[in-house]
Amino acid sequence: MSLIQDNDLAEIRKRFEALAAPVKLVHFTQELNLEYGREARQLLQELAAVSAKISLEIFNFLIDREKVAEHKVDKVPATVVRNSKDYGIRFYGLPAGYEFATLLDAMLTVSSGDSGLSNESKEALKQITAPLHLEVFVTPT
Amino acid sequence: MENDLITADCVEATEFPDLVGKYSVYAVPKTVINESTFIEGSMPEKFFLERILAAISPPQGPGDEPDRT
Repeated sequence: MSLIQDNDLAEIRKRFEALAAPVKLVHFTQELNLEYGREARQLLQELAAVSAKISLEIFNFLIDREKVAEHKVDKVPATVVRNSKDYGIRFYGLPAGYEFATLLDAMLTVSSGDSGLSNESKEALKQITAPLHLEVFVTPT
Repeated sequence: MENDLITADCVEATEFPDLVGKYSVYAVPKTVINESTFIEGSMPEKFFLERILAAISPPQGPGDEPDRT
C-alpha cells in the first residue's frame, strides 16, 4: 500500500515540475529496532519515483560506516537532502505530516541552489566564521 | 546553503526522546543552536537570524570585557 495518496501525488508532481537541478536523497536506516524506519524508507522511495530529477541512495547505519562518517549522521532514520554538494541539511525521523511539506521545500530549495533568504540575511550568514549547528525539533502534527 | 560552516537538522521529536530530554523540548518548534542556546517557536526570518547571531557572538556584558592589564 502506498503511503502517499493519489491526490497528494498529483500535487507533489506539480510542485516537482519546478525542480531546477537534480536532488539527491541519502537515507540511513537501521530497520531493526526502529518504529518508523520502514515507513521513512518507503516514503522516500515513493517520492523519488515522482521525478527523474530525484535520486535516492539507501545505506544501513550499522553496516555502511564509511557513508555514515562521510555524511556525519549520528542517529537514524536520517535523510540527507543534497545536490552535487552537501549543504549540511538533515532530516531525522519520519518526514510525515507537516514535516513532509518541509522536506518538499528543502528539496526544491536545494535543487534551485538558492536558500531563498533575504540579501541581508545572506550577507550576515556569510560573516559567520565558526561552525553553527541548528537543530529544529518538530512533530508531525 | 549560504555558509559551509552552517548545518541544519530537522528532528522529529517523538522519535528521539533522548534529545527531547537533553534539550528540554516541551513544545515545538524549538531550535537548538550549537547544543546550548534555544529559540522557542517560530518567528520572522529577520528576528530568527538576530537570535542566532546573538547566540554565537561572544558575550559583551560589562563583566566580560577583555583583560586590559
